[in-house]
Amino acid sequence: MIFRISRSCFSSISVKLPPFKVHHLELDQLPQTATTTSSELLAYYKSMQLQRRMEIACDNLYKQRLIRGFLHLADGQESIYEGLHAGLTFDDCVITAYRDHCIALLRGDTPHQIIAEMMAKQTGSTKGKGGSMHYYKKATNFYGGHGIVGAQIPLGTGLAFAQKYLKKPNVTLIMFGDGAANQGQLYEAANMAQLWHLPAIYFIENNLFGMGTSIDRASANTKFYTRGDVIPGIQIDGNNVFQVRETLKFAKKHCLEKGPIFIEAMTYRYHGHSMSDPGVTYRTREEVQQQRKTRDCINYVKNIILENKVADEPQLEEIDNSTQNEIDIAVEQAKVDPVPPSTELTTDVYVDNENHFIRGILYKDSIVPKSQ
Amino acid sequence: MQLLRRVYQFGSTKHRFASDIKSTNRQKMNLFQAINNALDIELGANPKALLFGEDVKFGGVFRCSQGLNEKYGTDRVFNTPLCEQGIGAFGIGLASVGYTAIAEIQFGDYIFPAFDQIVNEAAKFRYRSGNQFNCGSLTIRSTWGAVGHGALYHSQSPEAYFAHTPGLKVVVPRDPIQAKGLLLASIRDKNPVIFFEPKALYRNAEDEVPLDDYELELSKAEVVQQGKHITLIGYGTSIRVLREAAKMAEKDGVSCEIIDLQTIYPYDGQTLVESVKKTGRCIITHEAPQTCGMGAELSAFIQEKCFLHLEAPIRRITGYDTPFPLVHEPIYLPDKFKIYEAIKESVNY
Repeated sequence: MIFRISRSCFSSISVKLPPFKVHHLELDQLPQTATTTSSELLAYYKSMQLQRRMEIACDNLYKQRLIRGFLHLADGQESIYEGLHAGLTFDDCVITAYRDHCIALLRGDTPHQIIAEMMAKQTGSTKGKGGSMHYYKKATNFYGGHGIVGAQIPLGTGLAFAQKYLKKPNVTLIMFGDGAANQGQLYEAANMAQLWHLPAIYFIENNLFGMGTSIDRASANTKFYTRGDVIPGIQIDGNNVFQVRETLKFAKKHCLEKGPIFIEAMTYRYHGHSMSDPGVTYRTREEVQQQRKTRDCINYVKNIILENKVADEPQLEEIDNSTQNEIDIAVEQAKVDPVPPSTELTTDVYVDNENHFIRGILYKDSIVPKSQ
Repeated sequence: MQLLRRVYQFGSTKHRFASDIKSTNRQKMNLFQAINNALDIELGANPKALLFGEDVKFGGVFRCSQGLNEKYGTDRVFNTPLCEQGIGAFGIGLASVGYTAIAEIQFGDYIFPAFDQIVNEAAKFRYRSGNQFNCGSLTIRSTWGAVGHGALYHSQSPEAYFAHTPGLKVVVPRDPIQAKGLLLASIRDKNPVIFFEPKALYRNAEDEVPLDDYELELSKAEVVQQGKHITLIGYGTSIRVLREAAKMAEKDGVSCEIIDLQTIYPYDGQTLVESVKKTGRCIITHEAPQTCGMGAELSAFIQEKCFLHLEAPIRRITGYDTPFPLVHEPIYLPDKFKIYEAIKESVNY
């Protein structure tokens, strides 16, 4: 990959941010523009392409029945994950629901580990025991990866409490969707956070549909950024990586000084809720195509790159090809990896698992614990 | 309204066994179609019946409520937001003013936010109000059991948690004919009932289901296969596994009696005891983990009643005491080989 070495590599580019909507905040507290550089733009482009291609690869693997079970893809929402990666640090905790592959990627897992986990291989991020919905990474404070809707919200609030108790200069990003916003546990947790001024960012990925139910049919108040009641809130365009980044920087500062905040990121998922959902029974194909044409988060960055002559089409195509290549290699490697051994069935249930007798399909293949 | 009520009462026939139903007016249906048929009959016969839950309106993620919203309207068949605790409690409220509330919890694994409402509110309503109030016309339908790729949160069998709660009834059908009859009986039973539908059988189980309005008795187990040497007890998807294990045992000359518990709680102890007194040996199977599963309760009960008749210890062939695994599902599940082995050990004891 050869770039034209020019001053534009180092000089900054200013990007105008879309308008914010605020609740219990003043608009003038929020930035109107964001600055970026050529290298940063290309890094965002490459990273988001990697996320996109990884998700598409998983779609293909699912159709080949190499990934089974439940698979929830996040293509279309990459800018949110890129923005959170840019706006926060690895010392800030992140917790989310089941649409978590891209966060796992940005929090340190390799595409190979992620794809292997979905294929339930032992080289996967969680030893092949969690699957698509259960990615975690202790080293980068990524607390998963949760299947039950809304369950991660009070859990994340607990993380925020711990950060405050330990006087850490860090926040917890608690991510959930528009469907989860109607779970009672959100309001219990948010109340505690506000009462005790916890550094919790309640981040709603509003992709307009909770499975097949549109937000108007599920929520009496669809202004999710106001659902925190006395807690301040901001609504942003989740498909604008810069707005996500700047908002999270602002939110972090706010949380460390004052307390929790609600952020609603408007976005769109191209796939259905999961692979069992074609995604066109509750919305039209035209709507999905329209979103791809006019609001795609990767195209947004691509246009800035092209307009500012940071790179040209062939160079971007090279990036596309190299990311595709990286994913293809990861897929091929994951395909030949072994599944976890049967002993893994009964490990990690408790701290010490010595009391479990594992009976094999044939008795002679059973594993007898030492104490028996 | 009075006329409708009389028709409703006379329209349904009650049976102990599905084999008692003499109707020739039948149609080939799978499990979700049978459930759909039962719901259709109830909504049609009972103007106070309401069906609600997540995604119920468009037909349900497993198609159990297909066509019902079109037929009965959105004030009777409607969606709720994503809030299980809300769904459960809302159902209790509706039932306590006399509506027949049929609440759907999409996956049994998601029933736990509603656990407090079910255990503390629904189960104890009649008791704590001295019979002034009750939520007997509440039925909670939920999906249940392993499906081949469900992993931790789409495969659980939570029946034991609810069987531990007096005031509730818990029912699990094994096939479409039982499902329709048991569901109608559950809905019309004047106690809150939790009806678990084996999701693996929604499409796979097919039968010629009578189209009439019929109910099968709750708290009655059924001997689905007569036998002499050993009693095998199960419910839901396990019955199929037991049949296969029994076929394997038959080749060794062991004749197995298979009992479908049907109503998990309160269970039909009499049928179980009669059978074990005859055979002297017993194996209980379920997908749920071993400790404090239904196997534990049934073993304790049977050994108490049949102690001197037992020729071998009562065995429980169940899931392991681990969370429901991802790729290790085939090792985890109590399959026909494990049951066949237990039959051999029991017979040779």
